[in-house]
Amino acid sequence: MKYELVIGLETHVELSTESKIFCSCGGHAAADEPNDCVCPACCGMPGMLPVMNKRVVELAVTAGLMLNCHINRYTTFDKKNYYYPDLPCAYQITQLNHPICTDGLVPVKTSEGTREIRIKQIHMEEDAGKLVHEGNHSYVDFNRTSVPLIEIVTQPDFRSAEEVVTYLAKLRSMFRSGGISECQEGAMRCDVNISVRPEGSEEFGVRTEIKNMSSFDAIERAIRYEAQRHMDALEFELEELVQETRRFDEVSGKTFAMRNKETEADYRYFPDANLMPIIIDDEWLEQIKANKPVAVDEKAEDYRAAGIAEKDIATLLSNHKIAKLLDDTVALGCDEKTAASWILTDCAGILRKDGKTFDDLAITPEKLATVIKLVEEGKINRGAGKKVLIAVVENDVDPIAFCKEQGLDRQVDASAIEAVIDRVIAENPRAIEDFKNGKVKAAQALFGACMRELKGAGDPAVIKSLLDAKLAEQ
Amino acid sequence: MSKYTTIVCENGTVAVDDTLLVKGVCATAGSRMLEGFKPLFSAEAVTRLEQAGYTVKGKTAVGEFGLDLVGEFSYEAPQEGTLHGAAAAAVAEGDVRLALGVDMNGAPRRAAALEGIDFLKPTYGTVSRYGVISCAASGEQVGVYAKDAQGVAEAMAIIAGHDDKDGTSLPEASYTYDVDRPVAGMKVAVVKNLLDAADDAAKAKTEAYVQALRAAGVTVEEITVDAFAVANTAWQILMTAETCNNVSRYDGVKFGHRAANYKNIDELYVNSRTEGFNFLTKAVILYGSDVLSKNRYKDCYDKSLRVRRVISETMAKLFETYDALVMPACSKMSYESYDIHDAFKTVFDESVFTAVPNLIGTPALVSGGVQLTAKMYAESTLLSLAHAVEKEGK
Ligand SMILES: [Zn+2]
Repeated sequence: MKYELVIGLETHVELSTESKIFCSCGGHAAADEPNDCVCPACCGMPGMLPVMNKRVVELAVTAGLMLNCHINRYTTFDKKNYYYPDLPCAYQITQLNHPICTDGLVPVKTSEGTREIRIKQIHMEEDAGKLVHEGNHSYVDFNRTSVPLIEIVTQPDFRSAEEVVTYLAKLRSMFRSGGISECQEGAMRCDVNISVRPEGSEEFGVRTEIKNMSSFDAIERAIRYEAQRHMDALEFELEELVQETRRFDEVSGKTFAMRNKETEADYRYFPDANLMPIIIDDEWLEQIKANKPVAVDEKAEDYRAAGIAEKDIATLLSNHKIAKLLDDTVALGCDEKTAASWILTDCAGILRKDGKTFDDLAITPEKLATVIKLVEEGKINRGAGKKVLIAVVENDVDPIAFCKEQGLDRQVDASAIEAVIDRVIAENPRAIEDFKNGKVKAAQALFGACMRELKGAGDPAVIKSLLDAKLAEQ
Repeated sequence: MSKYTTIVCENGTVAVDDTLLVKGVCATAGSRMLEGFKPLFSAEAVTRLEQAGYTVKGKTAVGEFGLDLVGEFSYEAPQEGTLHGAAAAAVAEGDVRLALGVDMNGAPRRAAALEGIDFLKPTYGTVSRYGVISCAASGEQVGVYAKDAQGVAEAMAIIAGHDDKDGTSLPEASYTYDVDRPVAGMKVAVVKNLLDAADDAAKAKTEAYVQALRAAGVTVEEITVDAFAVANTAWQILMTAETCNNVSRYDGVKFGHRAANYKNIDELYVNSRTEGFNFLTKAVILYGSDVLSKNRYKDCYDKSLRVRRVISETMAKLFETYDALVMPACSKMSYESYDIHDAFKTVFDESVFTAVPNLIGTPALVSGGVQLTAKMYAESTLLSLAHAVEKEGK
């Protein structure tokens, strides 16, 4: 039976702020010693009150804008209760009822195509500290306590491990370039919800959650292992799947169920009375939008997703005119990567030859799109396309009229090509002899002669295969 | 009874309840759980008084986390016989000019009423809660004990005003507290159902106070406000839930009391907290934990939040008609020591007199053994009424 994977993600991202979320401690990442970066507030002493770090709100909103979320203008904090020594207050301040962002959408492009992943919500929360175990003792390090996090929760929209990893790579790249997070080792942590169902089924299978993974490699391996475990359980009915929380062991590459105690807790969430609701008014939102470095960074992410090389991305980002030409050309129905290549390789070459720069480029997106389409639709070959492009760039000719004039747009059918091939073979007995004696170059020379005869008309691939067939008959 | 847990300076002019921090001075909030805890900073209200020239005489004993009637269940200063609030007694006896306390569930108001001094629970958000050993963040306020309304007003003018260190602090930089606004022509109402719930002594206090108000030209009417009982239930639910959450940080791991015997982290928690908290705190933790549990949240905690909103509106409406309400602060004018196993219900029942201002943030002033409440920010009305009565008595 064929199965379909259904995956949802909860991703925790540590925000790049100068200080913690509710106190003024800063620089925990650079702290050398445990508890170097703590104050009475973040180690839970009585008398201290949380004071909201506005920068956290701004970064969370920026992340929400990047992920096409709705920004909630009224947002509140809740307390989540549980006892653990790395949690100094025995509660975590997080958002349950009024998260800051909801209903986003992230397109994820893989070899399977593009899938739109719905973002359920983004909420702000504080991180916990760390436990260090040595021999019979455990030590508590509060350096990481109250470091700001955002948690990004998706709908169960992923259908493969590849999509998950591509999505995470996209988040990391966006957040790094947008100044949201450094996303360094351990600063991006994932919980993966996974289930499997027969292909075509609308119902969800039994779901398990794999907690707290930070390397993409581990996430991918964990998904593959867990998916196989689910499929085997469904197929052979030797194991009953139960809804539970599991952890992934990187050494064995397997997932293991965690103690029930850790999964069935009642966290007794309730509103945090120490933090007033945050109201994001128009003025503040506009300010955040204006300061958002993403106009550039989102573009970079789009270009990257389209498969454009980093070097070319740099050129596009540094030259607004060229980036606009590309956008407009794509808007006229051209493939982004192809159009980029025409601009950044072909146009650039023509300009360079004439001692000019992109500033001198005057081609309209309409004319460029016409040239690209003539080639892509097989009406002229790429060599002919280049000729047209040169004429357009240098003399601003009309591409279609130019093709007609030059006879480049001749629709050449196979019989016409065959006639040319026959003539070339007849006129080059020497080359035929060399070819029979195993000289590969002779075939290339014959192909070149055919191309010259056809003056750029016809698809080179078709010409090549017809020529090869004729030569085989010799 | 011993009023002070620590003397800081014999000639000091202000006493500070042990629910508020004074830098470097042990603070336990009356609980063994905080044994040996030495704060690194002072409460904002304390700092402001010190900057204005006051000096702290000492820390006054409170009942564990301020949860009891007037301070009877303090770990350091347990009481027998007739009960007194330590800070209220310190002011009444003239040890100090004034004292600071935290009004979370009415304890300072009851103590002031018993001693015949003044205590103001200010409008929520007007005095910084920075440095309060916090239990019920949504309703507790730092307030002032003084011999009279004049003394309260002077201290309030110093301690009130915005503080960046408290996210619930209102934006106003400072507030004014007048005691001599004209009261003739003001209209107040006596809450009859609360009067009926009090014993003869408490009733007599209120009735005498009403006579004095009339003599000062105040119109006094009598009304029944059913909302007090439901408001009290709602506040006890919110207060116990928040307290349960806020004292959960006292776990024996970081500071305060840690059990001598434990084999693992769970035992460390359980044994430390079993030994550290008294029976009343444990009852509050259980009650608060229950109302926050998944199955009960909607019917208990969430409903109480809705009740809070309704009561706010009900009271706002009443205050369109009346400048203030007059009622007893407690059911009797003298408490005797009792069994801690009865404490949860005893305090719950007694809080019906004090819960509304904690629940909705309005100011409440105890003076002359009775309680006056008014709309938000109307402290000057309360202080002027009390001042008028106090002038007459002199
Ligand atoms: Zn800190």
